[in-house]
Amino acid sequence: MSDSALIRLSGITKTYGRGQAAFQALKGINLSIGAGDFVAVMGSSGSGKSTTMNILGCLDVPTSGSYLFQGVPVERLSRNQRTLLRRNFLGFVFQGFNLLARTTALENVELPLVYRGEPAAMRHAAARSALQQVGLEDWEGHSPAELSGGQQQRVAIARAIVTSPAVLLADEPTGNLDTGTSREIMELISAFNQKQGITVLMVTHEPDMAKYARRVIRFVDGRVERDSRDEGGV
Amino acid sequence: MLWNTLLLALRSIRRNLMRSFLTILGIVIGVAAVITMVTLGNGATQSVSDQISSMGSNLLMVIPGQRFGPGSGGAPSFKSADVDAVRNQISGAERVAPVVGTSATVVNQANNWSTSVTGSTSDFFPAGNWEMAAGRVFSETEERAGKAVCVIGETVREKLFGRQNPVGGEIRVKQFSCEVIGLLKSKGQSAMGHDQDDIVVMPLRTVQRRLVGSQDINMTISVRGASSIDAVKQQITLLLRERRNIGENQDDDFRVMDTRQIAETLTSTTKILTMLLGAVAAVSLLVGGIGIMNIMLVSVTERTREIGIRLAIGALEREVLLQFLIEAVVLSSLGGLVGIALATGASLFLAGLMGVPYIFDPAINLVSFLFSAAIGVIFGFFPARRAAGLNPIDALRHE
Repeated sequence: MSDSALIRLSGITKTYGRGQAAFQALKGINLSIGAGDFVAVMGSSGSGKSTTMNILGCLDVPTSGSYLFQGVPVERLSRNQRTLLRRNFLGFVFQGFNLLARTTALENVELPLVYRGEPAAMRHAAARSALQQVGLEDWEGHSPAELSGGQQQRVAIARAIVTSPAVLLADEPTGNLDTGTSREIMELISAFNQKQGITVLMVTHEPDMAKYARRVIRFVDGRVERDSRDEGGV
Repeated sequence: MLWNTLLLALRSIRRNLMRSFLTILGIVIGVAAVITMVTLGNGATQSVSDQISSMGSNLLMVIPGQRFGPGSGGAPSFKSADVDAVRNQISGAERVAPVVGTSATVVNQANNWSTSVTGSTSDFFPAGNWEMAAGRVFSETEERAGKAVCVIGETVREKLFGRQNPVGGEIRVKQFSCEVIGLLKSKGQSAMGHDQDDIVVMPLRTVQRRLVGSQDINMTISVRGASSIDAVKQQITLLLRERRNIGENQDDDFRVMDTRQIAETLTSTTKILTMLLGAVAAVSLLVGGIGIMNIMLVSVTERTREIGIRLAIGALEREVLLQFLIEAVVLSSLGGLVGIALATGASLFLAGLMGVPYIFDPAINLVSFLFSAAIGVIFGFFPARRAAGLNPIDALRHE
């Protein structure tokens, strides 16, 4: 990748604990990701793939190293500035869905827009449109408890893309779903990548799911072991 | 930002109705208990002073010794000569009634009853605002002769004569028989719960000779015109100091009390009781607060994850905190208002039941409201503050 990379990590390390008990989860990650790419991050548990995702998503901070997002050094941003970066450029999909309980699908989807300070009419329209794009237009009044796992993950995807983010970060989005539902979710994510040009970073340990990506990065023991393009493809 | 955050806070309250209800409940009970207790206590105090002033504001009581209550603390008691001196030399003293009190068992046929027996003159009745229901008061001749006649109260009538007319009947007091010549109109319970109608009044001399065997007396003085009461009080004090040979630098060994002072003495008791009840109720407010803390701590796992989600999708720490603050303030204010409403209802009902006046006390309403709000905010807000300070990923992973 050239200097126009959307994301550039250099020498990123992350250490948990201190002294004797210290554990180095990341041992110097160098990575650059271009806009519009679909990247799958693979590796066994403990390989550092989730830690990397959390750092990329500004949900966690690295111990050392440099992270440039659109040329901006993230490690120099304040806590609030990192929040604003998430608010304006990033969308998240989690393995455990992480929807607000007892809250309707529509209200869950419009929540990021509330924090953006969008007016109510615009919020409703955008949230309805996002639910339509994930095929849940008839379920907007339902709370997470009334939805299946696949439907909950669709709501989560709608919530992630309702702000038209630059990057969609998905941490094992199909980890809690059966194979058929997993494929539908991957089709959806893939569609947002192709039609709207949203950069997708996805952590998975299932090779079947990684096939949807154009680039696969393998982590072993806190290091990038292999970085391959078009491994399989769609 | 404020408007949106308010929206989020109200949504959150509406969505978690059970949690909101339990949070409010603790505050409601605490606030209602404190306000009700204090309001009823104030009502009781008021009713005590009301009843004392119903005795007449122009009444003075003179007792030997400095204490109010039985025993004169070694101070010499008054004699008939003191009563005469006050009657003759103090022009403002309209009626001067010497009073001797004792208790005795009174008997009529098979009925007997233990009551208080007061010895006095016919001045006792107008001085104490007593009216006759039947019969007459004793005459001067009867007073001077120390005749065995008596005027009885409604309670004594009921216990000894049932529904019969007692006038003309006989009661036995200790060793002697006594003719009932009059029945007093009922006055009901006194402010201290003492039955004022449980009384037998006889001529002073009769009680002194036949029951107590001494010349000691107190005085009840009703003063002409309420405005001169302080002047009369001072005159009586000077006269009695002189008669009792009290030197200039010595303290009085007697007390002249007007009804206001009697009221103060008695209401100080109910005030202490009010404070005690208030303290008990304050404990229930505190327990309510601990209840809120429990609810908050139980829901902290869910709420920590919620905070993690909000932070992840772009909520600033201060927006999350403001939301939780608003939630806490709204819930505890609501609890406070419901508590005040409940307390008003309960106070009105109980005041009616107890026969004490309902007095709205703005201070206690305000104080309990502010206290409840503070509890809600402290216990609702501070756990949230800790969660909002976490890295979003740590909040999301909170188990």
